[in-house]
Amino acid sequence: MEDKILLAHGSGGKLAHELVEKSFVKAWANPLLAKLDDSAVFDLSGRLAFTTDSYVVSPIFFPGGDIGKLAVYGTVNDLAMAGAKPLYLSLSFIIEEGLPRAELDRIVESTRQAAQEAEVEIVTGDTKVVHRGSADKLFINTAGVGVIPEGVNISGSNARPGDKVILSGTIGDHGIAVLSQREGLSFSTRLESDCAPLGKLVAETLAASPNIHCLRDPTRGGLATSLNELARQSKVGIRIEEEKVPVREEVLAACEMLGFDPLYVANEGKLVAIVPAEDADKILGAMRANQYGKGAAIIGEVSGEHAGRVVMKTVLGASRIIDMLVGDLLPRIC
Amino acid sequence: MKFISEFRRSELAEGLISQIHRQSKTPARLMEFCGGHTVTIFRYGIRQVLPRTIDMVSGPGCPICVTANADLDKAIALSQIPGVIIATFGDMLKVPGSHSSLQKVKANGADVRTVYSTMDALKIAEADSSNSVVFLGIGFETTAPTIAASILQAQEKGLRNYYVLSLHKLCPPVIQAILDSGEVKLDGLICPGHVSAIIGSHPWEFIARDYGIPCVVSGFEPLDILQCVDMLVAQIENGESTVEIAYRRGVRPEGNQQALKLMEQVFEPCPARWRGMGEVPDSGLKLRQEYQRFDAELAFDITLSPAYEPAGCICGDILRGVKTPLDCQLFGKACTPQYPVGPCMVSSEGACSAYYLYGGDFGG
Repeated sequence: MEDKILLAHGSGGKLAHELVEKSFVKAWANPLLAKLDDSAVFDLSGRLAFTTDSYVVSPIFFPGGDIGKLAVYGTVNDLAMAGAKPLYLSLSFIIEEGLPRAELDRIVESTRQAAQEAEVEIVTGDTKVVHRGSADKLFINTAGVGVIPEGVNISGSNARPGDKVILSGTIGDHGIAVLSQREGLSFSTRLESDCAPLGKLVAETLAASPNIHCLRDPTRGGLATSLNELARQSKVGIRIEEEKVPVREEVLAACEMLGFDPLYVANEGKLVAIVPAEDADKILGAMRANQYGKGAAIIGEVSGEHAGRVVMKTVLGASRIIDMLVGDLLPRIC
Repeated sequence: MKFISEFRRSELAEGLISQIHRQSKTPARLMEFCGGHTVTIFRYGIRQVLPRTIDMVSGPGCPICVTANADLDKAIALSQIPGVIIATFGDMLKVPGSHSSLQKVKANGADVRTVYSTMDALKIAEADSSNSVVFLGIGFETTAPTIAASILQAQEKGLRNYYVLSLHKLCPPVIQAILDSGEVKLDGLICPGHVSAIIGSHPWEFIARDYGIPCVVSGFEPLDILQCVDMLVAQIENGESTVEIAYRRGVRPEGNQQALKLMEQVFEPCPARWRGMGEVPDSGLKLRQEYQRFDAELAFDITLSPAYEPAGCICGDILRGVKTPLDCQLFGKACTPQYPVGPCMVSSEGACSAYYLYGGDFGG
């Protein structure tokens, strides 16, 4: 067996078949995939949620995860944010020639474990190999489908004045963990990515109250960007309190050093829920009972004023506007 | 001790805020020199919680903002030379020069790389001897020592392909230039924390002594700034003017001797161009003669067309503390962080960016 991925692995010939069978089909073993037809064929009924995403994270291995785990959990989480129970995923691998086979196998194994943990099946996939330099080691494109339970109606446009804003735990862990591993950034931290599947957390929360208005996972752009999206979609104002937003001391320290605001740093295992005030305590209790929602807190509320904007009460009691992220997060000079 | 959350505690802040309210009787205008302080002031809404007697004005302490367009143009021109890799801190990428920005020339194929430390630029040079690495030496006394160290290392390693474009600026001379211009009347100065960690608090003494302006060196957390304002108000109300340090965990009166030695070994003061202020004597740093082979300006032949300042942009006036971003016709309209016209909207430490992102006063 070749120890590196060659262009020939994407040619559709013998090497390609060997790669698909030995690396992918074996790991993802499930009856729908094992048929090896051009499409996975299955029955579903009810309201469906359908999503797609691409993963280009660098480095592909980082503390607390890797690109494979991220791809599975990220897709599952997008489905969960519609209140859906995630069921089936597709994963397409775009591989840069020269990627060590062992690294690919580690990542495929990680997608297997992630799918098992998230209780979904990877039922279809594809691989392409591109010339060196045309991709950065490995890109993964995904799609996912899930079924939405009866009586659940979650959308970014459902927030109403008076609703409470709940955050499921600390922010910024993923972004800082990945950044700490980037080439050229020489700081070390014990911090791990929060990368986690949120399907069960959502299901258990919905079981406590099906009346959740909005759910969003604050990934790229961070909490600030998600809250702004929700405020704009629902045409409401959102007020949060700085003191109530949980942030780890290590994340605060790294952010200070780099000139970042944790509100804009990416998360991969957190969600924001906007819920009716009367159900807030019940929902908070259900979240805290789940391992991925232990640190949940009510961080603010929806207001009828300043529609489309997010305002934060600072630790000093002053107020400031929280805007969306503009451009990329770039470290500062001094 | 937790070095961050401990300095953001609301109950301690409340105590300081009410003490400042009780103490402050005389109307006073305080300048925060440093862009990092501007960000803290806006991020935590410090202006909103101070008494009406205190007027805060932002100073020129944002290294990117004060870099003149003619100097930015030099960096962009260097990036166009085949075989030249530009290594720079990230903030610089988006700043518009006269005709382009590093971000734009990068998209057009120039080799521009973001580094997080000067030593990373050195590593690029070591790993790629067929290309030349030009590090953009932008910053105040805070960054100059590490750049000096990189030059000494390059010399030790015998690297022939590492260069620095030295656009460094020195803080005390520019404050003096602002005070001498008489354009802004100041009653107190919030002295920069990181710069003072290097140079110490002594270099500010002439301001307290010759200009009668109270000076307090501050850290960057909200409690640091509040404590600093409290100490300034105390001096003002007592009719005193001395230099004090409200950032003892970072700054010693004598500064960081080792860093200063490095800086002096490699650099010597020279006149420097500041945006909005023109040339200020002895406010820049150039490589000493024995290190001139590392000087990018001498090593490469670049021709520049005259620098051009965007019409309507008042960054220069804002940097001198004469105007605020709200006085600018472009602010929030033609000039936003997405489509910046002037550098004060680009840099995360620029006054315009802080005003824009943190919305000034809002429902406070």
